[in-house]
Amino acid sequence: MDVVQLQRQLVDYRASLYHEAFLDEQFTQLQELQDENNPDFVVEVVSLFFEDSERLLNELTKALEQQSIDFKRLDAHVHQLKGSSSSIGAQRVQKVCIAFRNDCEEQNVEGCLKCLQQVKHEYSLVKTKLETMFKLEQQILAAGGSVPM
Amino acid sequence: MVLGKGASSSLSRKMVDGVENMVSNCNDFTVLVVDDDPVIRKLHDMHLKKFGLRAQVVENGKKAVDLCHFGTIFNLILMDKEMPIMDGVEATKELRAMGVNSLIVGVTSRDSQYETQTFMEAGLDFCFEKPLTADKISFILQELNKKN
Repeated sequence: MDVVQLQRQLVDYRASLYHEAFLDEQFTQLQELQDENNPDFVVEVVSLFFEDSERLLNELTKALEQQSIDFKRLDAHVHQLKGSSSSIGAQRVQKVCIAFRNDCEEQNVEGCLKCLQQVKHEYSLVKTKLETMFKLEQQILAAGGSVPM
Repeated sequence: MVLGKGASSSLSRKMVDGVENMVSNCNDFTVLVVDDDPVIRKLHDMHLKKFGLRAQVVENGKKAVDLCHFGTIFNLILMDKEMPIMDGVEATKELRAMGVNSLIVGVTSRDSQYETQTFMEAGLDFCFEKPLTADKISFILQELNKKN
């Protein structure tokens, strides 16, 4: 595939991520912060998000396995996941976190368990999508092209 | 335009109309970012870099209070609300009680109006929803210039 085709593929792919609400305007803000002095900024922030989310999802899983669930602690982790997903524009993850927080507040164990499943699912989807997008960007650069904004 | 001492050559010109003068003052401002979320810390740090500012970053209110207690002076403190060990409300109250008169800007998730009010009453100058954007930072820097 030539550079122009790859660039077109990337533009279409990105558009689909916004259209399907995997990403929102906040992701665009991230891209606008990237420049020649910080050419890997988006990848760095997103990698940080992946690391932090995986840690939080582990904590959430452990917290919900306890005999006596500490809902305050649970809520604190969900709050953090909500914050970081919102800051990179991972809209679908953020939306599940909002519902999750409501269940924590109501101390609804079943609701929390469902939300945990959902948030893991949405996280895994957005992670795959972003990794695919970054791979496309790498292919364009390797082919000597520039990544369209 | 004359740039202040320690001026960085990578200063951003992305400013709102009429406030280009602030660029020459920017490098003299000291900023503290207080947030338990590493993604937000990196994001806010980058936003500030774009305006020629270097920030110190800490992950909770207690660390912010300790830094100020030991004499570090900041012109601007970006304070998250919900943090472990010491949250933003508590930290802001303590800083004001210590006599810290930095511009303290609260950064919150979409909380209730009541919670934002409590945060403001702790001693904030302004409160914004996170994450901060270039426009919000521009506004904050205008206020910082007025204050200084």
